[in-house]
Amino acid sequence: MNETGPAGPQSPGRLLLRRLLAHRPAVASLIFLAVLALLVILVPMVSPYDYDLQDLDLIGQPAHPDATHWFGTDELGQDLLTRVFYGGRISLAVGLSAALVATLAGTAIGALAGFYGGWVDAVLMRLTDVVLSIPLLPLVLLLSGMFQPSLPLLVLVIGVLTWMGTARVVRSQFLTLRELEFVDAARALGAGSGRLILRHILPNAMAPITVSATLAVGSSIMLESALSFLGFGVQPPTPTWGNLLNAASPWIGAAPWLALPPGLLIFATVLAVNFLGDGLRDALEPKE
Amino acid sequence: MSVALLLRRLIGTLPILLPISLLLFCIVHLAPGGPLEVYADNPSVTPEALEQIRIAYGLDRPLPVQYLLWLKSMMAGDWGYSIRTGRPVMVEIAERLPATLLLGGSAMALSLLLALPIGVLTAALRRSTIDHLLTFLSFSGLSIPVFWLALMLQLLFSITLGWLPAAGFETIGDSGPLDRLAHLAMPAVVLSFATVASWSRYLRSSIVEVLKQDYIRTAFAKGHNFAGVLIHHALRNALIPVVTIISLELASVISGAVITETVFAWPGIGRLFVESMEGRDYPVLMGLMMLGSVSLVLANLLADIVYAVIDPRIRYE
Repeated sequence: MNETGPAGPQSPGRLLLRRLLAHRPAVASLIFLAVLALLVILVPMVSPYDYDLQDLDLIGQPAHPDATHWFGTDELGQDLLTRVFYGGRISLAVGLSAALVATLAGTAIGALAGFYGGWVDAVLMRLTDVVLSIPLLPLVLLLSGMFQPSLPLLVLVIGVLTWMGTARVVRSQFLTLRELEFVDAARALGAGSGRLILRHILPNAMAPITVSATLAVGSSIMLESALSFLGFGVQPPTPTWGNLLNAASPWIGAAPWLALPPGLLIFATVLAVNFLGDGLRDALEPKE
Repeated sequence: MSVALLLRRLIGTLPILLPISLLLFCIVHLAPGGPLEVYADNPSVTPEALEQIRIAYGLDRPLPVQYLLWLKSMMAGDWGYSIRTGRPVMVEIAERLPATLLLGGSAMALSLLLALPIGVLTAALRRSTIDHLLTFLSFSGLSIPVFWLALMLQLLFSITLGWLPAAGFETIGDSGPLDRLAHLAMPAVVLSFATVASWSRYLRSSIVEVLKQDYIRTAFAKGHNFAGVLIHHALRNALIPVVTIISLELASVISGAVITETVFAWPGIGRLFVESMEGRDYPVLMGLMMLGSVSLVLANLLADIVYAVIDPRIRYE
């Protein structure tokens, strides 16, 4: 790789940042995600409407976009622009927290399996195989439909069923790293298992964990949208991108503008997250 | 690969279905209200009648006994009766399976037809504008929500242009091969979108890896041209990991496409799943989940076997 920066030592953080900034799709994605985050945070302060405020004059039929309602209104007379960005809050929050749950669980399970090996490894990897052998979307639908979970519980359901990829990656990292000399050195200095795992091995496995955590955000957003689109996820009047599309689908012929913004935003957000993950992979794990 | 080895792999793989079935059984029986909740909500079902149904279904027995009885009848091919229709679960699923196989098979064929040339082209034209464009499109294909893509295609081809029927399997009373094809087109395209994207990406990176090998340089040194080396020398080896990925994907053909079938009102088992969710039809749900898991496990096994068969360097001893 051709480095043209100033000579002299560079901190790993700055090197990483420089590499990431050289990846143009990742930079564009970061900017998009930052703007989106700002919009969904600011929406209650900026929007003149509440997400469940019904304009009684507009009830019955979806209304075209106009100067007062930029994205139009749905058949309940609710302002779509406000609902789309409120929905973004829920969708992004669920995506981020479910990815966090999946990453924490996957890292813990992968680390234990890889570090201890033996029967611990056998049991945990068999568990991973079991969960991986059940079709994901039907299983999430089944759980979500049966228990009609609150938002935190929904996050838990998604997270608890999507940790397997991370666990496998972390396990293989631990299998390699635990054989290296610096681990022997730390052990010789008296470090216990907990300290070896958390302070010595885990920091060296952060690169692939970061990448898979990023990609998990995208797949969690997608999963929540699919659930809510099918009617088994977050229930109205609380908007999410998925249930906004569910509400828009009967009107696809008469009022197609209802289906455009939520779908485009899921698409753009997941695309941005995937590009960011790709950029992070290139920056964190350079091939050469 | 010998028959004995095949048998050993099969015996090594199948026991995983036991914990899977236990997990699914627990989930359904932990449901609030249990598997008979539908009846409990029905005012015409008296508490006495409910009690009788409980005994008839064996739900008064201890859970471990119930699980063993259920497992025994599952293995004997008795998957119970649908709560909504009263018909055997096996019959319900068997009726819907052909539509799913048709849709899934068409989508697989379409994916293969598109992913192969795209993968080869992007690998051959690495770092060109076409490669960047197709790479961007693959990322898009992997990021686009299928339900939204389906809605947009319906809007364009059915509502605006009027070329294709918006949903359904055939026109009642007026169905021929062309009518079937028109109904199949959009769902098959939607279902193949993500697979085209991921398979062509795999193929591209696999070819790029293979092109770095020494024997490729040898082939060039012997005077073969680029296209010849790519097709005759590189592609054969590059396809090995891709074929594995494709065998894994076979499971999704059998376990159905929940979202696509729902949006397009396609009468397959994916839609049956959603209908059963709405009716809380637990016996059918259990049957479908088990079918999906069995196909995933078998697809994994198939991927292993295919890998060993097409790559003589792989030995399972």
